[in-house]
Amino acid sequence: MRYLPKSESERREMLDAIGAARIESLFESIPPEARLNRDLNLPPGRSEFEIMEYFKERARENAPGYQSFLGAGVYHHLRPVVADHLISRSEFYSAYTPYQPELAQGTLQAIFEFQTMICQLTGMEVANASMYDGSSALPEAVMMAARITGRSKALVSRAVHPEYRQVLATYAKHQDIKVKEFGWNNESGAAELPEADAKTAAIVIQSPNFFGVIENVAAAAERAHAAGALLIVVIAEPISLGLVRPPSEADIVILESQGFGIPPSYGGPYAGVIATREQFVRQMPGRLAGQTVDTEGRRGFCLTLSTREQHIRREKATSNICTNQSLFMLMATIFMTLYGKRGMRDLAARNVSQSHYVSGQLALRFSGPHFNEFVVKASAKKNKALLKKKVIGGLELKRFYPELKDCLLVCVTEAQPKWALDALLETYAADAVEAHGS
Amino acid sequence: MVRKVREHISQNEGLIFERSSAGKYAYQLPEAQVPEIDPAAALGADAVRPEIPDFPEVSEVEVVRHFTRLSTWNYGIDHGMYPLGSCTMKYNAKINEYVARLEGIAGEHPYQPEALAQGCLKIMKLLQDYLIEITGMDAITLQPAAGAHGELTGCLLIRAYLQSQGNPRTKILIPDSAHGTNPATAVIAGYEVEAIRSNSKGCLDLEALHNAVSEDVAALMVTNPNTLGIFEENIAKAAEILHAKGAQLYMDGANMNALVAMARPGDFGVDVMHLNLHKTFSTPHGGGGPGAGPVAVKKHLEPFLPVPVVEDDGKGGWKLNHKRKQSIGRVRAYVGNFGVLVRALAYTMANGRDGLRQTTLDAVLNSNYIRAKLADLYDLAYSGPTLHECVFNDKRQLTSGVRTGDIAKRLIDYGFHPYTVSFPLIAAGAMMIEPTETESKEELDLFIAAMRDIAGECATQPELVKNAPQSTRVTRMDEVAAARKPVLRWKSH
Amino acid sequence: MSNKTPPNLRYTKDHEWILVDGSTGTIGITDHAQDALGDIVFVDAPKTGTPVQAGKVFGTVESVKAVSDLFSPASGEVTEVNDTLKDSPESVNEDPYGKGWLIKIKLSDKSEVDALMTADQYSAYAAQEHS
Repeated sequence: MRYLPKSESERREMLDAIGAARIESLFESIPPEARLNRDLNLPPGRSEFEIMEYFKERARENAPGYQSFLGAGVYHHLRPVVADHLISRSEFYSAYTPYQPELAQGTLQAIFEFQTMICQLTGMEVANASMYDGSSALPEAVMMAARITGRSKALVSRAVHPEYRQVLATYAKHQDIKVKEFGWNNESGAAELPEADAKTAAIVIQSPNFFGVIENVAAAAERAHAAGALLIVVIAEPISLGLVRPPSEADIVILESQGFGIPPSYGGPYAGVIATREQFVRQMPGRLAGQTVDTEGRRGFCLTLSTREQHIRREKATSNICTNQSLFMLMATIFMTLYGKRGMRDLAARNVSQSHYVSGQLALRFSGPHFNEFVVKASAKKNKALLKKKVIGGLELKRFYPELKDCLLVCVTEAQPKWALDALLETYAADAVEAHGS
Repeated sequence: MVRKVREHISQNEGLIFERSSAGKYAYQLPEAQVPEIDPAAALGADAVRPEIPDFPEVSEVEVVRHFTRLSTWNYGIDHGMYPLGSCTMKYNAKINEYVARLEGIAGEHPYQPEALAQGCLKIMKLLQDYLIEITGMDAITLQPAAGAHGELTGCLLIRAYLQSQGNPRTKILIPDSAHGTNPATAVIAGYEVEAIRSNSKGCLDLEALHNAVSEDVAALMVTNPNTLGIFEENIAKAAEILHAKGAQLYMDGANMNALVAMARPGDFGVDVMHLNLHKTFSTPHGGGGPGAGPVAVKKHLEPFLPVPVVEDDGKGGWKLNHKRKQSIGRVRAYVGNFGVLVRALAYTMANGRDGLRQTTLDAVLNSNYIRAKLADLYDLAYSGPTLHECVFNDKRQLTSGVRTGDIAKRLIDYGFHPYTVSFPLIAAGAMMIEPTETESKEELDLFIAAMRDIAGECATQPELVKNAPQSTRVTRMDEVAAARKPVLRWKSH
Repeated sequence: MSNKTPPNLRYTKDHEWILVDGSTGTIGITDHAQDALGDIVFVDAPKTGTPVQAGKVFGTVESVKAVSDLFSPASGEVTEVNDTLKDSPESVNEDPYGKGWLIKIKLSDKSEVDALMTADQYSAYAAQEHS
């Protein structure tokens, strides 16, 4: 096998040093009845070229070459080659978690820069070094709010990503956390804020919400704080932060970083983040890098506040998370650095121009201000026609919201070419006008 | 004598924020193809933010230099041996990275029509089939994002199954040698944790288990081989004890690199287990992630698997079933860390049945070779036979005041990444060494020579070891200061 | 060791001390304990007004890589918390019987204290545990 760097004579020498006759005899501690006494029923090893061919064939059975207007938590953005080039350095991708700071300053400094940029973008004071993704960060944030407030109820907007809410339900069931959902305004598509009470640990909203509508974070914060509860804001499309007011009034922000140049990859890996206020840092899950000095007084970085984590606190830890999404946190960091102060705004503005060019010519289901996603009233049948032009249309919302049948969630970013925008407009227009008239 | 040194490129590289100068940038958008509109007009002036304070302003070459320089301060598997016990730091084949980036793989959206995602679904199905054969289990979910996430999924499956039998029970038993994620996970799944003491061999104590198992016990979570590298010889009996009381056996598959093609958990009584694809299946660790933690189960747990599951669509293709009555629900959005699954499949295909077997043989050979070559200078924590990793302790070196953490740091000066320090907790002063199969005899001999030299230094120059490393860009960090007054972000003033 | 075990205090087997002054008990950890824990980076103490119970956990003390529970030597209600530890947790290492005190409580049953170890008893106990 080409990954195995040993000759038979070397194996022999090593066995002699051990004092064993065959390698198999090193397995004698496995009771005979537990051993596998046959070959695995798998094909023989394949060459690199055969593996390449296999995956290229599979790729052809997907949608290469298609333009897509799908968003819903996973965004098609132009991906600078620099980011992928740099994360392809094996010093980054083949390193372990930076528990040995002398040999991991690269990863540690990058984490510190990421934590800083997330704070600058969101208006929060601390951010962690990533969670698995946005969806699993939500239950972690709700559990965190429950620990901070000593309360056990979460009021969650139905305009939060439906799959995030499903993940929350899976976790909450076993944490004695009651999740109550609230709806949206039928006109604007923005959340209809509920009254929090003395049992409420947190109100949870998403902005821009699942329908693309920008929420009033300040009003939600006021509502939560009036009852002594926290406000958790989910940000599924991080590119929006280049332009949209940051959720500074929130107590906990959950961010999915996929939009920062991470490929959609059929659902992952991405990188979730939790950001919060300094006063809550000890209740926050996930790794943190901190600045310090070495024995010579030189600036350096190390993982810190580790007593929150499972490897020290075990069953009393803030979370069971261990492995995170470090490499894609790095990719997001490089993406943010490339665009920088000016580029983040330009990129966000381009998303607004492109999406409003399309949305402005269609009748929308909701009137609230939207960033790069919006809900169009159009039949899903129209998507079939679009597919013939190699264009994947918007997401059918009835999949998650029975009351929104014949509604499509369309996402237009900087990535789609003009011909695709026009193809979408042409195909959807008839239906949309009809809907508007009815 | 220092026999293998890796020089650090020690450029002074500040934080990216310190390199900024107003007006620099490293991007260009394509020419506008639709009229540009005023964001304030489109979104409302209230919704628009002021500029992002202190955000980086640098050019492309500076970005490339910055992150390249940072990378040179890291140590990766391509530099050399990375003998972290229970972490399985093996070579990450380049083909894995290549195929994960193909157009038609990396660019696919999780909500695109299934007819246009058949390639992705086939990849998942094939990987599922391979992993089921490797584990000897009956069904699998690829959804969990990492080992601990897999543990949680497994515990929720156990809970749902026991609930369907009338009582979810209250307790999960965990040996004291376990990784910290096990107890942390059990609590998130709503269980109390009861620790089971290991016996004098460092293994599961059957009598203690027998006494602990009651109608309140939902499961035993056990790592096999355990964190000492020892195969739990009584695993099948443990399964019998548990099953007799209606409890389940969960296996943490973190150390599966010792078993692939040699023994299958499904054949020794395990009901549910997770795999760490970023360990055993070589998808890279990425500096801490991403990973993937598929959970394999026996038939009786299959109805409870998280949604969605890949199913035959009855028309010669594959589909995702999101509606299953008894499912524990969703443990994350979408289908899982698909890009990691792609890499794991590439690894499995490259090895095939013979390669996987030789991989396991070589992993165990390497570990036993190190053990044989160091046992005269370092004390073994436990003396029983070990598989893919071995655990020494610092008892002898402690007589000159040198601890396991110091020896680990000194290894850095010899060009190696340290082993796992102070774990498992049942072995005081533990030095946990897992070479994996992808180390050559030459590299192993260099490592052994380094460890032998260091043993000598411990006796003759303990201060040298206690102040290591000296060859790195930075020396030991003041972790106390970092924790007392946390500085967790850069500030401009 | 005895010079590091002030005679006017009473001690627990969990290495906390208590100083009784009227109905007020001042509580901290012993020099032996701070030495065993290493550099203390954070103290998690209860808020004023919290009831504490003899022998039960009232907070935690953290070093970089360990968390230890704090057990109350006596029962009562927390009347004061040493807020200076927020910024200077190192006081617990540097001056465990002085600036490094943790909480003050209003004792509900002073006789509980009589059952605790004297300085001499504790010195012997700590020496024995250490060996």
